[in-house]
Amino acid sequence: MIAFQLNGRAISVDATDDTPLLWVIRDIAGLKGTKFGCGIGMCGACTVHIDGRAIRACITSVSAVADAAITTIEGLDPNGQHPLQKAWVKTQAPQCGYCQSGQIMQAATLLKDFPNPTDADINAIMGGNLCRCMAYARIRRAIKMAAEELGTAKTHG
Amino acid sequence: MFKRILIGIAILVAVATIGLFALAWRPAIKPIDPRSAGIFPQALIAQGEMLAFAGNCASCHTTPGAQTFTGGLAFPTPFGTVYSTNITPDPETGIGRWSEEAFTRALHEGVARDGSHLYPVFPFDHFTKIRDDDVKALYAYFMTREALKATAQRNTVPFPLNIRAVQAGWKLLFFHEGVYQPDTARSDAWNRGAYLAEGLAHCAACHTPRNALGASKSEADDYSGAMINGWFAPALTSANTAPLPWTQDELYLYLRNGATALHGVAAGSMSEVVHDSLSRLPDADVQAITVYFSDMNQSATLAARSGETLAKAMQTSGLGATQELDAGAAVYLTACAACHYNSGSMPAMIRPELALNSALTAADPTNLIQVVLHGVSRKDGIPGVLMPGFARALSDADIANLSAYLRRTRTDRPAWKDLDATIAAIRKEADAS
Repeated sequence: MIAFQLNGRAISVDATDDTPLLWVIRDIAGLKGTKFGCGIGMCGACTVHIDGRAIRACITSVSAVADAAITTIEGLDPNGQHPLQKAWVKTQAPQCGYCQSGQIMQAATLLKDFPNPTDADINAIMGGNLCRCMAYARIRRAIKMAAEELGTAKTHG
Repeated sequence: MFKRILIGIAILVAVATIGLFALAWRPAIKPIDPRSAGIFPQALIAQGEMLAFAGNCASCHTTPGAQTFTGGLAFPTPFGTVYSTNITPDPETGIGRWSEEAFTRALHEGVARDGSHLYPVFPFDHFTKIRDDDVKALYAYFMTREALKATAQRNTVPFPLNIRAVQAGWKLLFFHEGVYQPDTARSDAWNRGAYLAEGLAHCAACHTPRNALGASKSEADDYSGAMINGWFAPALTSANTAPLPWTQDELYLYLRNGATALHGVAAGSMSEVVHDSLSRLPDADVQAITVYFSDMNQSATLAARSGETLAKAMQTSGLGATQELDAGAAVYLTACAACHYNSGSMPAMIRPELALNSALTAADPTNLIQVVLHGVSRKDGIPGVLMPGFARALSDADIANLSAYLRRTRTDRPAWKDLDATIAAIRKEADAS
């Protein structure tokens, strides 16, 4: 049994050591917000947070996250009101939506490390999150909008 | 005539053999009743515990998943496989019948209680430097561990090397017996650092290359870097290839935390050294080790150009995120940049800057390939931070392209040769273990 925290709740799964974390999240824990894209860490659709940092769940084995705290899109904000999620709605960033949970989880780490990201910062850090609908321009706008809200919250909060 | 020559040779061989055995012969030291080992003061046991961590005894004397100090770990050497032994005080299978005298002789001379010579896989060439008061503390610590039954596996060293007396010849050639002698021209901290590094912590066991007989090469090669356990242990001298010098401050941050923003994270065996061994040493001792090595690597004289080197590295961090027509850049952008990209004038420790990492500047690509294939676990490097391995995600060609690209764009060193073969070999080695 491998035990870890999933969205703040203790979970213990009976899976072989090399089972991808993504399979555990989707098939055992039943959280379908995290998507399977390429399976080789090259598209970003499966991005989740491990101890607060964005990681591709498809290439991370479940044994590697024993005792870790995992956050998926379902746990990013209890009410789905993370500044990025609000900005995503406001800018109507997604088209088909398949990549968006990965995009948002990666963007959350981006904003943690770069509170005022430049276009170059966004290009470099979001470059591993592919969007087949080519919504990149809106994704970038949404990230900057969320950065602004987070910045304002910090200044006035 | 011919007969006489034969007899002459036979006599010479006999004399040489007798000579070797005379030279090699060590008496057995009388076994003790385990209960008579004595009652040890708590402070002495605590001191011994700290020293056992400094020596990282558990690392070699424990098989993964088994109980600490019960031995059995395999050490494949070019001369056969040697298995570590049980050093718990079990009277039959451990060291329960070893007197303090026998324990001291093992550390200082590399001779077991029964008088047989130990193989130099056991680093007695370093432990000989440990002062008697520290040996006493170590003895107190080990004799008060739980006695656990675990029989040592038979070594597979072939004839004639399996004749323990042959080890006496090795010692004659390479072993310098004697407790560490302080250099009075140096500070106390320097001497303390040297005492720990050269003795118990046996840093050179990994960082100094070995000759064909498994001994440290000549003094000129001390700490010049070596391959060990499938990783490259970098030079600890001025020959170290890290772009920024390993100053005392940088060494301290690295040895205490397992990572620095300007050098990267400890991985492989070194992560174990930082997190499982040095982590139990008092601050002053870790500081002392950094005094010793920052003197050895001449970082003070190298520090002048640091600002320029750092600025140059930071400029390269964004490469790969633009429209470069390069197969390696494409892999970098999708697999690496999200976590490794930095901007501004200083990299973030949590975003290890590849342009400052000696995995890219080393003469050998092994460390880079190891990390790309197998990642860095949550207990290695920066505790709690995970890098997944890409062994099942990237092909050998992908990793070769990525490595060549990073080497070309982030360093001014010549391209690595035979990347494909090296990657395939490291993969095979990992699959086998």
